[in-house]
Amino acid sequence: MHVAPMADRAVAPRMARGLLLAGACLVMASPFLWMGLTSLMGQLEVFSGGSILPQAPRWSNYPEALTAQPFGRYFLNSLVFATAVAAGQVATSATAGYAFARLDFPGREGLFLLFLSTMMVPAVVVLIPRFLVIDALDWIDTYQGLISTELVSVWGIFLMRQYFRTVPRELEDAARVDGARHLRIFWSVALPLAKPAVATLALFAFVDAWKNLLWPLLVTRSMEMRVVEVGIAAFHSTYEINWPYQMAAGVTAVLPIALLFLFTQRYFVRGIQLEGIR
Amino acid sequence: MGSVSRAGQGVVLRGVEKRFGDVVALEPMDLEVRPGELMVLVGPSGCGKSTLLRLIAGLEESTSGEVWIGGRRVDEVEPGARDVAMVFQSYALYPHMTVARNLGFGLRMRGTPRAELEQRVAETAAALGLGELLERKPGQLSGGQRQRVALGRAMVRDPGVFLFDEPLSNLDAELRLRTRDEIAALHRRLGTTMIFVTHDQVEALSLGQRVAVMDRGRLQQVGTPAEVYRRPGNLFVAGFVGSPPINRIPLFRDDRGRLAGGPFVLAAPSSLSRATLAVRPEDLAVAGPGEADGDASGGSTRTGDFRATVLRVEALGSEQRVHLDGPGIAAWVARASPALRVASGDRVSVSVDWERSHLFGPDGRRQEGVPRPAEQGVSR
Repeated sequence: MHVAPMADRAVAPRMARGLLLAGACLVMASPFLWMGLTSLMGQLEVFSGGSILPQAPRWSNYPEALTAQPFGRYFLNSLVFATAVAAGQVATSATAGYAFARLDFPGREGLFLLFLSTMMVPAVVVLIPRFLVIDALDWIDTYQGLISTELVSVWGIFLMRQYFRTVPRELEDAARVDGARHLRIFWSVALPLAKPAVATLALFAFVDAWKNLLWPLLVTRSMEMRVVEVGIAAFHSTYEINWPYQMAAGVTAVLPIALLFLFTQRYFVRGIQLEGIR
Repeated sequence: MGSVSRAGQGVVLRGVEKRFGDVVALEPMDLEVRPGELMVLVGPSGCGKSTLLRLIAGLEESTSGEVWIGGRRVDEVEPGARDVAMVFQSYALYPHMTVARNLGFGLRMRGTPRAELEQRVAETAAALGLGELLERKPGQLSGGQRQRVALGRAMVRDPGVFLFDEPLSNLDAELRLRTRDEIAALHRRLGTTMIFVTHDQVEALSLGQRVAVMDRGRLQQVGTPAEVYRRPGNLFVAGFVGSPPINRIPLFRDDRGRLAGGPFVLAAPSSLSRATLAVRPEDLAVAGPGEADGDASGGSTRTGDFRATVLRVEALGSEQRVHLDGPGIAAWVARASPALRVASGDRVSVSVDWERSHLFGPDGRRQEGVPRPAEQGVSR
């Protein structure tokens, strides 16, 4: 009899918290739910303004949408683009981050601040200069044009620098006495210890590249070079909007990322913790 | 690696100085560590002893001066090419590598053939009792085991000089004593030059063949443990070395040209206007209340140099520490035999062993010669 009131007191806040989280979860998930439901509707049904649930789910939207354009090629392009960007950003961020964290050279702090200050420049501002450079190199509609200017991430350099600074200096001292030089220390001691930061950076870079629309839209022309995001956007032309097809392609494009997230959630959380807020 | 090592290398520092901007970490100093010697650098934290060790290792660059190892000037030589191995305070084991890989890392960096590397790692591991742990990572080892791996990582390379940067400070008291003995045994067995940094003066005296005492970036005294303890070169060394610390009292020149302070009046060397008298606790002889009374009644035994009140007695089993109180001698401590029968509040008679006491000038430097009372039966 004495236990019940205590249990009530413990349950009430937990229920309140659960309800709050469920509400927030619903808000976050609703666009995805809507996308999923719309992907199963007919063209007219979308605009009928009736129920948000499809009358009779049209699963055929999926094969139709994915064959309306060469999505196989698009997925391959997206995979190449995102993988190359992730690998490139890990390579440049890890080396530059280590240099900023551990090498003593004149003007190091000033140079780092200069790097950091570029984070304040909105990405769209540099879009045109980047395009002009790629155009001048005659790299429009090529993989190198798509990938090259995405290979360096100041955020990634910052992340890696912060992480390398937490690696105890005595470990590097020990390696130096053992006969290792900077490159060897970086490769054999610092980088293996920075695995969590590398995983976080690779994931964020991959996801960012996968969902990048603007840059691939600008720098690719042919169907052969398009990525998934550009393909999805193509259902949305001046004279025609095919919402169910667009949503079906959208669901298909989100699936690999959702799966990736399920298996690597802790690295995302760590990334957000490392960075403060993204 | 086996039990026989090649001969150790001598280490010579000539005018070595280290500044960090305007901050002087080490004043210019000369130091010679003989081949095969175990030298201990000791001093309070921040005295520059670890900086000095890092200069020898090549982990810091000296601002000026020369570092020689094995007859070769090494100022411009990378740490890995200096023929030194170092054991760090935190052990600095590579956390992502197994014990075997930790031990073999230095050999791999030197391009040692695989078969030889594996053999040397196995021998070192066997010598240190690490054979069962070779596939474990440092995170799975106890503090003592990590310490052994750190030691093994240095040993396996068979270096000319071992550098130890406070390697025992993370161990509990019992393990610290045992490891200290093991390092001493290792030194006897290998005969390699070892430079050992510690802030613990007991560790320094018990381990070092010679001890270099440092304070505020300056070398204060270099000598055998007995020299440093028995003939401290200055007031800092006298106070830093020894536990409980040396008793001291300031003395000033009086109008009769003598040095006086508290119960003491000493014949002064003519040049001194003031000085400090320092006496080790074991160089004070305390007579119990009964004995003192007997002395005072005109017996033939020697009377004490001064009388004091017993503040507190620490009975440590093998000895007693008698805390004394009196004008000018507050907080003096005497070491006495456990047989002595004294208690707090007793008035006792205390004798000073003048042959073993020390006088330091106004600049803190040792005054040669034995301090002598100016007259028999100093003021009571």
